Parts: sequence; structure tokens; C-alpha cells
Amino acid sequence: MQNILGLILAGGQGTRLGVLTEKIPKPAVQFGGKYRIIDFTLSNCVNSGIYSIGVLTQYRPHLLNRHIGIGKPWDLDRKGGGVTILQPYSTLTESIWFKGTADAVYQNIEFVDEHQPEYIVVLSGDHIYSMDYSEFVYYHISKGAVATIACMEVPLNEAHRFGIMVTDIDNKVVEFQEKPKEPKSNLASLGIYVFTWDFIKKVLIEDAKDESSEHDFGKNVIPKILSTEKVYAFPFEGYWRDVGTILSYWETNLELTRPIPPFNLYDPNWRVYTRSEEMQPAYISDERTVRNSIISEGCEIYGTVDASVISQGVTIGEGSIIKNSVIMTRVVVGKNVVIEDSIISENTVIKDGCKIGVGNFAESTYDRKVYDSHITVVGMDSIIEEDCEIGKNVVVGNDRIVSKGTKVSSGGYYM
Amino acid sequence: MKALGLILAGGKSDALGKLVYKRASAALPVFGKYRAIDFILSNMVNSGIYKVGVLTQYNPRSLMDHLGSGKEWDLDRKNGGLYILQPYLGMTGEYWYRGTADAIFQNTTILRRGDEDYVLIGSGDHIYKMLYNDLFSFHFAKGADVTLVVKELDETYDMTQYGAVVTNEDGRIVEIHEKVDNPPTRKAFLGIYFINKFLLLDLLYDTVPSGKYDLLLDVIIPNLSKLRVYAYEFNGYWRNVKKGIDEYYKTNMEVLNSKQLREELFIKYGRVYTKLKDYPPAKFTGTAKVSNSMISDGCIVSGVVKNSILFRGVVVKAGARVENSIIMQDSVIEEGALVKNAIVDKNCMIRAEQMLVGDFEPVVLEKWMVI
Repeated sequence: MQNILGLILAGGQGTRLGVLTEKIPKPAVQFGGKYRIIDFTLSNCVNSGIYSIGVLTQYRPHLLNRHIGIGKPWDLDRKGGGVTILQPYSTLTESIWFKGTADAVYQNIEFVDEHQPEYIVVLSGDHIYSMDYSEFVYYHISKGAVATIACMEVPLNEAHRFGIMVTDIDNKVVEFQEKPKEPKSNLASLGIYVFTWDFIKKVLIEDAKDESSEHDFGKNVIPKILSTEKVYAFPFEGYWRDVGTILSYWETNLELTRPIPPFNLYDPNWRVYTRSEEMQPAYISDERTVRNSIISEGCEIYGTVDASVISQGVTIGEGSIIKNSVIMTRVVVGKNVVIEDSIISENTVIKDGCKIGVGNFAESTYDRKVYDSHITVVGMDSIIEEDCEIGKNVVVGNDRIVSKGTKVSSGGYYM
Repeated sequence: MKALGLILAGGKSDALGKLVYKRASAALPVFGKYRAIDFILSNMVNSGIYKVGVLTQYNPRSLMDHLGSGKEWDLDRKNGGLYILQPYLGMTGEYWYRGTADAIFQNTTILRRGDEDYVLIGSGDHIYKMLYNDLFSFHFAKGADVTLVVKELDETYDMTQYGAVVTNEDGRIVEIHEKVDNPPTRKAFLGIYFINKFLLLDLLYDTVPSGKYDLLLDVIIPNLSKLRVYAYEFNGYWRNVKKGIDEYYKTNMEVLNSKQLREELFIKYGRVYTKLKDYPPAKFTGTAKVSNSMISDGCIVSGVVKNSILFRGVVVKAGARVENSIIMQDSVIEEGALVKNAIVDKNCMIRAEQMLVGDFEPVVLEKWMVI
């Protein structure tokens, strides 16, 4: 697809992921053993034949920049097109951050114009799904639309969390409600758009002048063009997850360990590409049970693993038990450690005899909005010394050293 | 100092039987995701050698496919990078490579063109991890003309299959006995040469046109008295998988039994790079029972796997049993099947309830076979 440009919005912090996104943006958070969340959208692009991509970053982009690099793992190191990282910039008169999704695209009009695309696909860098965007664009073309929004049916009681669309029999959008209290339908926008570039460029320039606008596609741009222009809904029926909360992040990871997972990573015709470290195959030692789990390369497993996702280069010592947990890259787990219902972030060291995620659930005393489930989260680059006991729904920050024998009861925190 | 790397990967190995019907021994799959040549390629790159020529001849398709543009080793470069040196038709006739010296002699252009002063020559089917920088320092400190890498081999190696090296107190080589029945020492030559480029050219012009084609026998050994040839001792793990199916099998199994060895081979002296396949991580289902095994990305394990190596994309279904075996890429072991003491090549299928059992010698199943 030569005349299409993909724009991936990857600037979001993902505030509800707590410590997981304190140092890195949400699209850079690890997922499924070897991936980072943005890999799914990037891979969808190249698998759909879109080879010109801009990635818009803003929040703590260093890890994301390093991950994407020149796009080699996605075959995006190309002469024409390829992947370009678009960061907020300053001009002669002002220096400004991206104020909203529409503003982010508006500020990169010059970049888009250079590629002279007929259509742009605006994507979000923090969703887990596979979608053939070429079908999406052909649908847009066949409907003669100027804007098409991908959407999915959601349970009516959850509809208030989404942008909701009301469509006519031809899937033409007649009304758009952003996070409505009383939703008129259950057709939710996925935040994925196709626009005819010549058209949306004019709209964006106009919107930028409007000081009352929040410069957001869902809130401002779509409702404004709806009445006069042809805006269509593209019904998507596959697997789609926005891993926006700690619980949904944990659940979506653990879904992969089911006998037949709802999301198929093994499809040979729709591979998910990533920049992974070169590591040897995983080693599983004697007489331990590893089951219902995902184990990545570079792991050395001497303990028991059940219903967990273990990322690259993790070591699990003798006598340790890992259950219902997500363990990220290069975590070192010592001997006789118990980890349950937890997320352990990259490069963290958990020394001998620790117990993490044990006991009963208690309300968080740190931040109830973010930490609202039984999941215990340990930030990256932390060290938990010997014989610590950490309860359920606890948060341990990034770069912390938890001294020997510390007890943190359920709902507590160590920041 | 700049060095050019040359990897000899063209040899035919009869000892490997079915495993090399369709591939060069340098392209032998090892340790779950690698091919033999990955080790020397990674060693070179990790030692700062970024211009590497690979000399191929026998069955090069899978090797070529593996190497590609060299991008996995960062050898897709403007200056230097990866060169594939194949036998070719010339105005004066057509010659296969008639020996190691001849192979290099037919490619003197790569020697003459570059700005490198030294050449490091190694073999594509040896498994070892080494940063060559100490070898270079040794070479200069000794004021050597040629440095050969040697290793004191223990009883597990058959010395009659290697070149035995005799040195004086200074480490200068006085005699080399290539594959003799009663070798005088257990110090074996590992097939790694470090030599000044211009000296190498001189030596080749001196020997190859008169019909002497072997680098060790015809070029180095006759010149031992004239040249200062030194032995650099390597103490790490080293195996030549070309020696036979047994050696190949043993090498793979060894890595299961020693954490130290895994660290030496895969982590300590730089990573080993290989062609990426972008498989998802391995998956273990509820009925999986895995012990003392290496499992690569893309595997789905529901059966019993013991003392085995599963390459990328292998599926072991529920009720199947894999023991003391090497299962290569994308092979499928169906429900209730038994695979024991076996080497199963790529894309094979062992159907439900079938058995593939080797005894003292591992049984080898060729590519694309269905049992």
C-alpha cells in the first residue's frame, strides 16, 4: 500500500499502570514474554503492507526510541519511508507539547506532506490486537468516506468508558458520544482511524485555531465533521485489548497461558516482530513442574512455574514457586522464593526466601484508583533483599532497595 | 591493527551422514537455535573483525539462506561486512576448491583489496567462544610470523583425529603431526590461523601454483623451520561437530548438564548471534513435564520432555515422550509417540503412537520425514 502513511500515537503515559509506566511510556511496557506493547501495532502495519510510519512520542521516550531504533526488526530500515520517530519540537516562536491526539498530527503536517499519502491511518501504540489495516483502508475507500473509525461491540455496562458511536444501517456514523453516562449503543471506538489526508489536513488546521477545542480526535474533531461529512464505522470482530489498568494488563498476559489462548501469537502468517535480545534457548532443570506458562529464551528455571509469563533472561532459583505472575526481562529470583499474583518489572532482583503476593486482599493505602485489585506490583531495577514478606495489592517502586526481612502487609507500599 | 576474517565452510563431511545430505557442516543446527557457523562469526564480530569472508563449496543453500546479508551479525556494512566466496568459472577453466590453501588462493582479491594487515582463518564447524584479542597480543609479543591456536585435549577427544603440536619452551612450534596413530602430545591444533596478510599471499603464490593445496600440510608444516610459527593456548570449551554424529550429539547434550558451560558458550564472551525467526516464546500447557532440557522460542510442549533439546517451533503433543533427543526446527511429535536417543531433523513428523528409538548410537531422521 504505497499511498498510505501510518501514524502511531505513542506519547501516552498510561497513568493507571502506576509504577509500570513511571519510567517508561505505556507502549514500551513489556508484554507476553518478549514483546513491548507497541510491537503489536508496528507489526500490524508491516503485515498490512504499510511501510511508512511515524511514531509520535512524548512521555519519557528513551526506551521506546531505543526499542524502535531504525526499525530493523520490522523491516522498516528502508530507503523510502520506514519508521520515523516524531517528538515534540520547538519553533522560532514557541515550543509546545502535543496537546491532544489531533494536535499531535497537526504539528506533524509537514512530515505527512513529505510522504504525500492519499490516506493516513491513525493508530494507538498501546493496544494488543491483530488487524489487517489494508482491509480497513479498502473499506474506507469503498464507502467513499473521509473518515472511518474502527469499532467493536462492548458490553453495554462498560460502554461508558469508551467513545460510543450510533450508526445507520450502512454503518455511517450519525452520532458520537465520548464516554457517555447514558450510552445510546454499544459500538465502541477503538481509537483507530483512517482519514483522507487532503480532507483531514484542512480540518486539523481549522481545529488548531479553535481555542475552545481540546484538539482530540474523539472529543472534538469527529463530532465536528460528523454532521456534514461521510464518517463511517468499521466493525472489528477480532481480539482487541487496551491493557490500561494493572488488572487488565495482568489478565491479558495470563490469557496467553491458556491451552487455547484467545490471542494467537503463533500465526505464521501474522508474526509479531520485536527487537529482542539475542539469548540462548530456555533451560528447564530437573524434576520441576513448569506448566500452563510461557517461558522465553535465555531463562534458567530451577524452580516451579505455574500459570505465569516469564520473559527473556529470567533466572528462577531452586525451590522457588512462581504462580499467576508476570515476570519481566532479566529478573533474578533466588532460592525458595514464593511469588503469587504479582507483576515483577525488568531487571529486579528478588533474593532468597522472599514471599511476594501472599495473604489476603486489602484496600490500597497508596493510591486506590490505580491499585484496585489483588495484584502486587514491583517496579523495575529494584532489589528485594532476603526473607522479605510482601502481601497482596502492594506496590514497590522503581529503583528501590527493600532491606532484609522487611514486611509489607497487603494494601501497603514501599516507595 | 585491522584483521580480515576468513571462515572455511566448504568441506564435505562423510561422518555426519544424513545430517549433511542437504547442508554444509557449518550450517549444522546446534543448541536449539544456532547453526555451527554462528559461533565463529559471533566470535569475530565480538572481537572487532567486521570484514569476514565465508568460503563455501559443499551444499551451500541452507548456509546462504542463514547468512543472508549478514545483518544479524551487524555485517551488513558499507565498508567490509560479509563476503560469500564461492568457487567460480574463470577464463582459464573451472576449478572447485581443491584444498584450504587453494580456496584462499582463488580469492586473493579479497586479500589484496582491503586495508587489513592481518588475516584470521578459522573453520565454520567448530563450537567455541573466544575473544581473539588476546591471540593478537600474543602474536605481536612473540614477534611471530604465524600463530596457530592449540588446546590440550583431554581423554574425551580422539587425538588421532587431530593435528598434534610439539612446541619448544618459548611456545614456538617445531613439529606438527596431522592425524597420526601415536600422537606425541595431546596438544591439538584447532584450525585457527593468525597471519600477516602479505606473508600469506607470498606463501600461497609459492605453493598453490605447484599443486599443493592444503594450508596446514603444504603451506605451514614445510615452513616450520623458516617461519616463526607460535602456538597460542586456548583453555576454553572447544568441539568440532564435523567429526561425526556421535560428536555432534555429545556436544549438544553436554550443554544441558553444565550451567557453567552454558554461561561460557552463550553469555560470558559476548552473545552468539543467529538468524532471527520471530517466533513467540515457548508455551508449556497443563500436561507438560519438562526436565533437564533446552526449549526454544515457538515451541508448544504438552508432553514429557527429558534430557532433550527442542529447536524453534517444535510441537510435543500431550502424551508424547521425548528423551535424550535433539528435535530440530518445526518438527511435530504427535500424541502418544515416543522419541528416544534420536536426532530428528527439521520439519519431521512423528505420528501418534509411533516410536523412534535409537540405542547406543542415536538414530537420525532426515528432513521432512513422516513416521
